Amino acid sequence: MTAGDRPTSASWCLVSESLPEVAEAVAWATTPDTGALVTFTGTVRDYAPGYAAVTAITYEAFEAAAVDRLEAIAAAAREAWPQVNRIALWHRTGEVALGEASVQVVVSTPHRVDAFVIARFCIDVIKSTLPVWKYEHTGEESGWSMTGTEATSVEEAVQAWLDTHQERS
Amino acid sequence: MPTLLMFAIAREASGLSHDTFEATTVGELLDLARSRYGQRFAQVLESSRVWVNGEEMSSPDLVLHPDDEVAVIPPVAGG
Repeated sequence: MTAGDRPTSASWCLVSESLPEVAEAVAWATTPDTGALVTFTGTVRDYAPGYAAVTAITYEAFEAAAVDRLEAIAAAAREAWPQVNRIALWHRTGEVALGEASVQVVVSTPHRVDAFVIARFCIDVIKSTLPVWKYEHTGEESGWSMTGTEATSVEEAVQAWLDTHQERS
Repeated sequence: MPTLLMFAIAREASGLSHDTFEATTVGELLDLARSRYGQRFAQVLESSRVWVNGEEMSSPDLVLHPDDEVAVIPPVAGG
């Protein structure tokens, strides 16, 4: 992806088989009023409940709904923390090898505390709302993730998160 | 005709990622899907959420329009 493909809006949400390098999001998110930038990367790990020696995960997504939900999560973050500068929320689909990134959150703000809190908020709400499924590949017993949670609406997940994280600014 | 989208374990249980049904309500569509795909699909449906056009089904009595998309959403595991 070239710089010309970066969005002109304050949120950059992608659900795709191939994602840009995280450096692209970092460069895009570093606006002149940015003093803090947090990146969270979720990577494929070699074990999961019920599975040992995981070599890759295939991510299946309801892509159109997943992109809509990422946009809604970014909008909810902006409503709760109007001081946020930019938010990139990316999720990969298809087969992702051990050690590779499956999910990427990049948040820029004027001050560091907000950047950490908002990035945490975004990944937590992604986990409970995004219509994405993991198929764990191992040398022996491959299968669907056993740790799935019932998908809640973005509104419900945002409210639940805010209710349990009173330290928000 | 309304479309049913099926993902992950629901897709495996039916053998299809999408299908169409002559149904007037969501409940009716799901009943037809259960009889079309059988017991394993019915079991997966028990533990899944049902969305209509990207949002949680408000009621099984919801009336469907020809372009509506009903989706079977098994427990999610993103990240």
